[in-house]
Amino acid sequence: MAQAKRVNRPLSPHLQIYRWQIPMLTSILTRITGHALVAGVLLAVWWLVAAATSESYFAFVNGIATSWFGDLVFTGSLWAVWYHYLAGLRHLYYDAGKGMDIPTAEKLGWACIIGSVVLTVITILLVQ
Amino acid sequence: MRYLTARKRAEGLGSGHAGTHHHWSMTLSAAGLAFLVPAWLIIFGRALGQDHATVLETFGRPFPAILTGLLLVIGMRHFAMGATVMIEDYLHGFARKAAIVAVVALSWVIGATGLFALIKIAL
Repeated sequence: MAQAKRVNRPLSPHLQIYRWQIPMLTSILTRITGHALVAGVLLAVWWLVAAATSESYFAFVNGIATSWFGDLVFTGSLWAVWYHYLAGLRHLYYDAGKGMDIPTAEKLGWACIIGSVVLTVITILLVQ
Repeated sequence: MRYLTARKRAEGLGSGHAGTHHHWSMTLSAAGLAFLVPAWLIIFGRALGQDHATVLETFGRPFPAILTGLLLVIGMRHFAMGATVMIEDYLHGFARKAAIVAVVALSWVIGATGLFALIKIAL
């Protein structure tokens, strides 16, 4: 027993080398979108405060809110809120003890991703 | 030697002490937001890009004003509680406490600022 035989034991995969799967991707996206939404809320509240303050200040903030930067923040936030919305509904469904098997969970994940893009486009068309 | 049973010593120390209330609060606010968010997106989206007078007129009406007020209160509470859980997952010690204080304060400030603007417009 001078030299112990080396055995190739399976290693627990680290997050960085673990193959991305729909349930884990859609789970972390829920948290990311939820927190990123604060950017859209800040811009919307600033815009509302400007409207309450004066006509000239509103013109300044409205200029930013409707610029390419505002479009970027609000379009991003719109997708984020719809994604977080669908993922939240999925959470309530999971909480009821349903949809936990892998094929259903993966379908629900795709429903969140595709559904959020579809709802974003519909909302943009509705408010144009 | 304290004359306590093992169960009595353990009660209230587990995650069930307050964790279930946090979860239920998130469920309630999520259910509320599920109704508030779609309606608000349409109202805000249509008001955005309008002139000053139209924006004042929109948020001066009862339905958009009440809806925005509810969204601010319930939404920022939902955000503060969700952000607290995220901080508890990733930060420890003093940084955790400082970050939770900061994010809860930010949520209340955003909510109060939005409500101030709404009241000024609507009244």
